[in-house]
Amino acid sequence: MAVCIAVIAKENYPLYIRSVPTENELKFHYMVHTSLDVVDEKISALGKALVDQRELYLGLLYPTEDHKVYGYVTNSKVKFVMVVDSSNTALRDNEIRSMFRKLHNSYTDVMCNPFYNPGDRIHSRAFDNMVTAMMIQVC
Amino acid sequence: MADEALFLLLHNEMVSGVYKSTEQGEVENGRCITKLENMGFRVGQGLIERFTKDTARFKDELDIMKFICKDFWTTVFKKQIDNLRTNHQGIYVLQDNKFRLLTQMSAGKQYLEHASKYLAFTCGLIRGGLSNLGIKSIVTAEVSSMPACKFQVMIQKL
Repeated sequence: MAVCIAVIAKENYPLYIRSVPTENELKFHYMVHTSLDVVDEKISALGKALVDQRELYLGLLYPTEDHKVYGYVTNSKVKFVMVVDSSNTALRDNEIRSMFRKLHNSYTDVMCNPFYNPGDRIHSRAFDNMVTAMMIQVC
Repeated sequence: MADEALFLLLHNEMVSGVYKSTEQGEVENGRCITKLENMGFRVGQGLIERFTKDTARFKDELDIMKFICKDFWTTVFKKQIDNLRTNHQGIYVLQDNKFRLLTQMSAGKQYLEHASKYLAFTCGLIRGGLSNLGIKSIVTAEVSSMPACKFQVMIQKL
């Protein structure tokens, strides 16, 4: 169950960003922004030992005291960033991977939509619904 | 994938449709070819997103060009590019000796002057695919004898 999900274009501006406890949105925006540096570091050729160069899933980018941030880069250099609550220890790596897979599949569908211009913000309702299903239920 | 005849026929209709829709005065070859190329561009972007969903990350430019020549071409045209040449300075020439979209047209020099219309969409396809993978390029095509054709890709370094 994620707390914040963001889709960042290859020019590093957000195509879609949504967080669940909507009061602290700015904090999550800031977290996603700082995680971009870590993503760049991981995909650069210098960090060859850190992550398998052929894989799209980047793994844990950095942990804070309340949250953990995970990253995923597609071949078209679009980045997905997911922030999860640290208290949710039941969340395993495999589940995060499958969540990213679902995100990637939905993003591909958005890309193939003839009404979508690549580079615009994502307004697709189907994408919204998929993200809602992945987000945490906060009352 | 559906029968390839479907795409071939649709593509032919698309080309003649674009040319028919221009007004009487402006049968400028350039504008129609640009329209077709832009169509191919958008289609290429979407296609590449779908095709690279499950592949591993590309190491460098040559890797990307090889992907285009093998997997991408096979999925779209059911065959691979016959010859890829490069000067290692950003120019790649993709040679297809039996280009699917031209085989039904002629087997020699007949209709040579019309060939460029039918290659515009594919040029856009390549350009769109490359642009989505982060490479800005200019793609041109030339035909000396049907159905063989060469696509020249010029990578633009930013």
